[in-house]
Amino acid sequence: MSNMVNEFQILNADDDELMRISREGTLSLNLTEMQTIQSHYATLQRNPTDVELETIAQTWSEHCVHKTFKCIIEYSEPEKQTERIEGLFPTYIQRATEEINKPWCVSVFSDNAGIIEFDEDNNLVFKVETHNHPSAIEPYGGAGTGIGGVIRDSLGTGLGAKPILNTDVFCFGLPDMAYEDLPKGTLHPKRVFKGVVSGVRDYGNRMGIPTANGAILFDSRYTANPLVFCGNVGLIPRDRCDKSVEPGDLIVAIGGRTGRDGIHGATFSSAELDDTSENLGSVVQIGNPIMEKKIVDTLLQARDRNLYRSITDCGAGGFSSAVGEMGEDTGAEVHLENIPLKYDGLAPWEIWLSEAQERMVIAVPPENLDELMEICESEMVEATVLGSFTDSHRLQVFYEDNIVGDLDMGFLHKGLPQIVKQAVWQPPQHTEMQSRDNDTDSYTDDLLRLLASPNIASKESVIRQYDHEVQGGVVIKPLVGINNDGPSDACVVTPVIGKSTAVIVANGINPRYSDVDPYHSAAGAIDETLRNIIAVGGSLEKTALLDNFCWGNPDKPDRLGELVRAAKACYDIATAYGTPFISGKDSLYNEYSDTTTGEQRAIPATLLISGICVIPDVDSAVTMDVKSAGNQIYVVGNTYSELGGSHYFGIHGYIGNNAPIVRADEGKQVMETLSRAINLGLVRSCHDCSEGGIGVAAAEMSFSGGYGMELNLEHLSVGEDIPYNDFRLFSESNSRFIVEVDSGVQSEFESLMDGVSFSNLGKTIESNQFIIYGLEGNCIVDTTIETLKEAWQTPLHS
Amino acid sequence: MKPKVLILRTAGTNCDTETAVAFKLAGGQTDLVHIQNLISGKVDLSEYHILALPGGFSYGDDIAAGILLAVEMRYKLSDVLEKFVDANKLIIGICNGFQVLVRTGLLPGLSNSKSVEDTEIPQQTTLAMNTSTKFECRWVNLNTEISQCIFTKDIKPNLYLPVAHAEGRFTAPQNVLEELTDNKQVVFRYSTDSPTSTDTVAYPDNPNGSDNNIAGICDKTGRIFGLMPHPERFLTKWNHPRWTREDLSDEGDGLMIFKNAVDYAKTTFHE
Repeated sequence: MSNMVNEFQILNADDDELMRISREGTLSLNLTEMQTIQSHYATLQRNPTDVELETIAQTWSEHCVHKTFKCIIEYSEPEKQTERIEGLFPTYIQRATEEINKPWCVSVFSDNAGIIEFDEDNNLVFKVETHNHPSAIEPYGGAGTGIGGVIRDSLGTGLGAKPILNTDVFCFGLPDMAYEDLPKGTLHPKRVFKGVVSGVRDYGNRMGIPTANGAILFDSRYTANPLVFCGNVGLIPRDRCDKSVEPGDLIVAIGGRTGRDGIHGATFSSAELDDTSENLGSVVQIGNPIMEKKIVDTLLQARDRNLYRSITDCGAGGFSSAVGEMGEDTGAEVHLENIPLKYDGLAPWEIWLSEAQERMVIAVPPENLDELMEICESEMVEATVLGSFTDSHRLQVFYEDNIVGDLDMGFLHKGLPQIVKQAVWQPPQHTEMQSRDNDTDSYTDDLLRLLASPNIASKESVIRQYDHEVQGGVVIKPLVGINNDGPSDACVVTPVIGKSTAVIVANGINPRYSDVDPYHSAAGAIDETLRNIIAVGGSLEKTALLDNFCWGNPDKPDRLGELVRAAKACYDIATAYGTPFISGKDSLYNEYSDTTTGEQRAIPATLLISGICVIPDVDSAVTMDVKSAGNQIYVVGNTYSELGGSHYFGIHGYIGNNAPIVRADEGKQVMETLSRAINLGLVRSCHDCSEGGIGVAAAEMSFSGGYGMELNLEHLSVGEDIPYNDFRLFSESNSRFIVEVDSGVQSEFESLMDGVSFSNLGKTIESNQFIIYGLEGNCIVDTTIETLKEAWQTPLHS
Repeated sequence: MKPKVLILRTAGTNCDTETAVAFKLAGGQTDLVHIQNLISGKVDLSEYHILALPGGFSYGDDIAAGILLAVEMRYKLSDVLEKFVDANKLIIGICNGFQVLVRTGLLPGLSNSKSVEDTEIPQQTTLAMNTSTKFECRWVNLNTEISQCIFTKDIKPNLYLPVAHAEGRFTAPQNVLEELTDNKQVVFRYSTDSPTSTDTVAYPDNPNGSDNNIAGICDKTGRIFGLMPHPERFLTKWNHPRWTREDLSDEGDGLMIFKNAVDYAKTTFHE
């Protein structure tokens, strides 16, 4: 044994000792897992080396193996008998995709990203990752490496995809929170906001990838645990989507050097944060986008010349998981001393686990090595042979001729003990808010307040810092309208310049509904994503979904109960709409505890749904800004009295209990019919009706297009009696759109919509007036589009 | 004959592909060439008619935008570049490429010393940090000035193109600014959507605070051209931010710039 290698004394350790070893080593292994490892090594009659135990800890970490989504759950809710769920992922996510069974799904849940068909030459890959814990501690580095990591996921999918689009969704604490209210050891939301945006901007822009879709949400419960979702879409030739490893292939690392940075990232992100986490600086890496750009330039050339057989990225767990995963079915032999270091003094296990950024691992047939090295040289990228894949089915790690780790692949990947977790769902009861019709006859101020609320207000100051034009393919941009400043529902990209085949990318997220029921929050997130896709000209037929769950500690039955609710919705709604999941990720343990007061804070149950849709002809796309005066304005889809978790209730300090429900049968008919109308060119503009209801959606369309509106809520098509003006105006019912139709094709549009609930609300007008009449024909909103726009633009202006 | 366009790449170049597409649509044949292959002699610049320096963040824009690539070109490619220029061939630098051309002294090329082989930096103008102090991505209106520039021959008097940069504020001493105007070396100026006014154009119409609203300049011969806006990002009407509401021709404003270059090369170098 090398003197730089230590053994963990677990053979004779009692339970307390085992847990001490796990805790002090930041291994995040629970007792059952430590005991399993103990008995495995008992049969080998030796203790594990640090390299071995650390490798197991990485491979078994929540971050890498997603225990919670695979484990058995005993789930109970009031008046129902306990339900035994054989894994959330197989039961609700994977099964949905299998049952929907779309022929254009090329690869789902197996590779680093999902793959769907695009055109006769290319497929698309899409992956969304989270980088929450690092961004909480070091926002700039955390967010930058979040983007860097998800780009490597695309590059590590199949034989490597060309990154063509970045997406990002952030959840922060309230920007105006008082410093004295800040939880101990956490950064102020403003600082996190600024750092995260700069990190994403500097990485994405330098990589030359347009950042054209995203969202920013604010809630006080994200203060200690901000969420940073980073997504990347890639374009890959159809014949480059399969990978394999042959014994004898060389293990080649490409890119940055290895240092002590990012050690224990995988296990760290599988634990709660507390007021001392800020001292864990070494788990956050700093990115180097130019290095990553060089890797992309190099690998795409090598890919097209068929120089390697398999590829994966060095993410969580560093080489230990990259090589461990690639060699799972063969075996691998690695010589750590070959790995180029940033500086001396790293112990073998540190080299093996380092999560230093901008590194990829490929499997190269020996005869191709010289040609590969030639490309690397001309691109000024360092490449190193670490060892080779074997047929030993063992992961063997050497350091200066000593074997420092010798693991059985079977135990490493299949030895994780099956665990059973308890989940409980107890529906909360909130005070209901009554209609304010008796107190007021004008809702102008409420509309202005909603437009100015941070979740709805314009994000232009952030969007403009991202290059959303690079690569020349973004054809529906994040900002649209007569002054290029209206909020687009989704972005549309033509990855092959001049060709009309396009890809639509959108997202849906509404944690507020989780306060009522995570089921409706998840269902609504899917519906919202699909609405955004339909609104710009997409169709349900060629749409795939991604799920990103960000939750509190799943070892707590109530948190896990919420997770079960959301997962059930994912299955129900995805299958009802026929839109499969192709990839997903979960980030759990998003909780903060104050070690002195023992106070616990969890984030609201947050599910981000991302959607990707392929359309044959970009010419059929529409935007949300109204196009001219005298056009008809419709609401398509039924409105219900659903304001639970709505923004309207929010600004008045209520949550309520009637969160919007997804009625997928209705929703599907609405979306399919409207999609047809849009593709027939009958629609001039279309906007998803969500946060802030009809009031906010109509106002956004009006001021983005530069024409006023005159609307009447009296004849609004409702699914149930709604005798209140404010509830009609601000209800957030799902599956609804506001649509502008040229008066010339009015009858054509209406007959096409036959069978779908819709109502003519009024017209666009030449003047700048924005007027809405209520149930008694009285004017309940009377303002101008300039006033509305100013309210919407001012809050997050700088 | 299809004019040959060399699109120069290095670490951090990221607008090379769309620039190549632009020249292909214009009728040229393009090669993406890493600067290492020019320095090593593997690729011979003299076989090409047009040299394009695309946008991006060459070497991360460390120290200042474009400076490291500029220094590398001046010290490792000076002879090659000089021959290329003396052979009446064309050079275009877009965004980061413009920053590089300004820092090599090839633009505006006023100094009498042969700039590229001059040992002390022959730089007379610069592209400084935007007055907004931020990277910004937005579409801008441009006025086409009367100039020698080959690339903008017979081009529309007003163009609409996107900018995306943090260091794009064109600035120079007063005498240099006057000389540029007198020599008709100013090619594009930032403008408003009602481009009658000649008085100063305010932010965001002038997106970076450039002196005299200068967005692009050429050298005295009109064969070397640099600009901050991205013509390669407006090749088809779909690139336009308002194509869903305006009646536009299928061809984008940017393409003409590449066509002019290719046509010049055809007539000048027809073998």
